[in-house]
Amino acid sequence: MSWLLATPLALPFLTGVVAFLLRGRPAGRWISVAGNVALLAAAGLLMARVLQSGVIAGQMGGWPAPFGITLVADYLSAVMVVITAITALAVAVYALSDIGARAEKLGYHALFNFLIGGVTGAFLTGDLFNLYVWFEVMLISSFGLLVLGGRREQIDGGVKYVTLNLISTILFLSGIGLLYGMTGTLNMADLAGRVAAHENQGLITVVAMLFMIAFGVKAAVFPLFFWLPASYHTPAFSVSAVFAGLLTKVGVYALIRLFTLVFTGDTGFTHHILLWVAGLTMVTGVLGAAAQTDIRKILSFHIVSQIGYMIMGLALYTPFAVAGAVFYLVHHIIVKANLFLIAGVADRVAGSTALARIGGLYKSAPLLAVLFLIPAFSLAGFPPLSGFWAKYVLVAAALEVQGWIIAAVALLVGLLTIYSMTKIWAEAFWKAHPDGRDPTLAQLDPGVRRRLLLPVGALAALTLVIGFYPEPFVTFAKDAAAQLLDPTAYVVAVLGDPS
Amino acid sequence: MEALLAVTIGVLVAGAVYLMLARNVLRFIFGLVLISNAANLVIFTAGRLTPGEPPLIPEGADAPVGTVANALPQALVLTAIVIGFGLFAFALVLMFRAYTSLGTLQSDEMRVAEPRDDGL
Repeated sequence: MSWLLATPLALPFLTGVVAFLLRGRPAGRWISVAGNVALLAAAGLLMARVLQSGVIAGQMGGWPAPFGITLVADYLSAVMVVITAITALAVAVYALSDIGARAEKLGYHALFNFLIGGVTGAFLTGDLFNLYVWFEVMLISSFGLLVLGGRREQIDGGVKYVTLNLISTILFLSGIGLLYGMTGTLNMADLAGRVAAHENQGLITVVAMLFMIAFGVKAAVFPLFFWLPASYHTPAFSVSAVFAGLLTKVGVYALIRLFTLVFTGDTGFTHHILLWVAGLTMVTGVLGAAAQTDIRKILSFHIVSQIGYMIMGLALYTPFAVAGAVFYLVHHIIVKANLFLIAGVADRVAGSTALARIGGLYKSAPLLAVLFLIPAFSLAGFPPLSGFWAKYVLVAAALEVQGWIIAAVALLVGLLTIYSMTKIWAEAFWKAHPDGRDPTLAQLDPGVRRRLLLPVGALAALTLVIGFYPEPFVTFAKDAAAQLLDPTAYVVAVLGDPS
Repeated sequence: MEALLAVTIGVLVAGAVYLMLARNVLRFIFGLVLISNAANLVIFTAGRLTPGEPPLIPEGADAPVGTVANALPQALVLTAIVIGFGLFAFALVLMFRAYTSLGTLQSDEMRVAEPRDDGL
């Protein structure tokens, strides 16, 4: 059983090491693609096993929980690993044509795979300190990817990204220390029982707030999101796609995990704060996007606003709402990564991502226009695309508990998202190119075109599948939410049956 | 002993926050070093300070005899120090690179990625 859990972790690191040894040679990039195909297979096997037998746990090194490091996969972890593998594969294929020889020589593929390893590790671990270590693996790889190439704006964005993320790391570490001091354990399943049984719940809530701030920075929620729009538009397009898809979502995952499993003693206080945070995150993100005139900057602010929806699902804390958050996570990763990849193609053919300097893509590259419309409308929540169902579940869940205001905010932010998407559409696709150019896809080398458009098309197809057959995905999200809100199965899988 | 360490941590954090509020990013980095050491001390102190023996298991036994110190917080601190050192080294190089390519260490003047006349 534990090899099923360890393989999705070991594969990216193995791939990264081999890719590093072969850096600068054509084989290096294909190793990255092959490694991610294998990762997807491993993630699929893990998913099949979890669907079949519920929560599975493995004790690394043979030490029984709570003493050793535990890897756990419940529905949420498993689906996150699968989505990570899908995104990683799409970006690895895209990177074949997007990443230049110089960045490859500097070890792009190795860093990329280490990043993916850190992300899957964070999703699979059942130990709080181990989660910290995976966060660090992810962080240092992302630092490298962000500044790889060393253009001035990358360095500038990098300074803000690095400093603010390091503060979050230190808060996380202090929280771990204090929680260990109070409970004497770091195993998350063990923590669930011991935190609930602790005599001083006030102190627990204080530590919970430390974790909320630490993960809030990672997830880029209001008012801690400033590092994200400062840096996400600066690196290579492959890098910003994988950042946009996965990194903030690890923060959201950690929030969901800890605030459904461990810190559930005072939900009236903690989850009420989260609800405010969710609303303000949605609004500030979407307003920030309205003021931007560069595709990637617009999309960066939309990451912030979309994070608000996921936090809203967690904050409402009903089975239906948490299911909405899980569904939103899955839908959002695919759509967001895809939009950044499309921005890269637009940059290739039209020469820029600044809206003032491009245009005419609808006339000259209609295929790209269609591929843009699918994720863009899905992001805004048009029926019948995946984003519609995600927003529908969340708003319905809010109305169920009379959360009129948050439901209204969610709907309003959806409308404003349409404004941003139509702005990109009108400027980049509809109006004529300011230089009178005809930016066609045919001007790309056929091989390059295939490798850029294949991942974009595949992710768009996935968005359509979720949109047209939402039933199994919503059912799955509901099961995942049921597991999260009643962690008995999780605790039993890790610690064994108490009876 | 706990009180002394608590005060030390408090002083470290206060100094760190003061440094990190500076606009000069090099000062910020020094603040970061202080606060990450404060975090390490938090783990160390929260893991209980006991006058126990080193946690060594005598030959032939399965468990240590008598009161022994908890080794886990120290293992955690050690991991955190190693990771923190790596991150600090990266951050320092990044700041140096920022100084050579942007020509400034003032965070207010780092506006290459987000120009002032951007947007509306």
